[in-house]
Amino acid sequence: MTLWLIVLLSAFGVFVIKVVGYLLPATLLSRPTPTRIANLLTVAILAALVAVQTLGGGESIVLDARIPAVVVAIGLFAVRVPFIVVVLVAGIVAALLRNFGLMA
Amino acid sequence: MALTVESRVALRAGIAVGAATAAYGFSFGALSVAAGLDVWQTCVLSLFMFSGGSQFAVVGILASGGLAAGPAAIATGTFLGLRNGIYSLRMAPIIQGSWLKRLVAAQLTIDESTAVSLNQGTLTAQRVGFWATGLAVYIGWNLTTLMGALVGNLLGDVSKLGLDAVAAAAFVGLLWPRLRQLQASVVAAAAAIVATILIPVAPPGVPVLAAAVVAVVVGLTNWLHRPGVRDQPDDSSAPGEVPGMHVGEEKS
Repeated sequence: MTLWLIVLLSAFGVFVIKVVGYLLPATLLSRPTPTRIANLLTVAILAALVAVQTLGGGESIVLDARIPAVVVAIGLFAVRVPFIVVVLVAGIVAALLRNFGLMA
Repeated sequence: MALTVESRVALRAGIAVGAATAAYGFSFGALSVAAGLDVWQTCVLSLFMFSGGSQFAVVGILASGGLAAGPAAIATGTFLGLRNGIYSLRMAPIIQGSWLKRLVAAQLTIDESTAVSLNQGTLTAQRVGFWATGLAVYIGWNLTTLMGALVGNLLGDVSKLGLDAVAAAAFVGLLWPRLRQLQASVVAAAAAIVATILIPVAPPGVPVLAAAVVAVVVGLTNWLHRPGVRDQPDDSSAPGEVPGMHVGEEKS
């Protein structure tokens, strides 16, 4: 599977979902379950991505400078620091720890 | 054409949200080229997928799993985009017109445009809010994606020292505004645990997809639902306050 194919298929998938929503009957909205599942799916996938991006390394768990960086990020988001600042700080924390040989 | 007061408020809100989300586009562009996509592929994702969470997910999974994780990346991006379908259902009665206009509207139906639109009091202002936000975010997101991709290319290996941490922090930022309800917080914790347990035993990409099962189970049974909390909280209190993905949260 080439990178271009992955890019185009995934983009097409999201676009089709957006279009289908305009074609389905609005009565679907009166049932709470589809909305709830869609919202919880977003939460579950994002949380899993946080875990995998923080702890994953190929097919094993790797504990490294990403952990303190993510802890710092959580603290900054909690006090409502803007997104772009938080991700920059997280990157700098990890880079500094690695640069000085404190963590892998 | 003279705009009513309500429409002007909606227009301003849309432009403000568009400016705020532009910063996300920059981080996406930089992360995407670091994940191995070229500048064109990065821009195509922003132009045609145009849904921040899904885009971050696709490049994040490709960064850790490579081309072998392609099917998982496509599936994860698409599942994350499912909520856009719900937004489309909401916006369909508000957006009227030719099929071409509705096709453009579909592409612009994202967290931000839906939130700003549904926050307005009149139908006209809802339409103005939707189009203003959708177009402002589309233009800003795509311009800053390109800038981020070009800057990411220039930085090269220097930035790679901390880029994996940037990706993790970005997902924290996308998740954070969605954790105000107990049910959502429990699902997030359980999904993170499931994904972590599966990292050593499943191919890259699969742990994230498996964690989605948690959402389906809790969603179907409505476990931990607290009476009094609305099932369809569709208007966020201040769209400009936390730019990004936050339509499905409780009004505070």
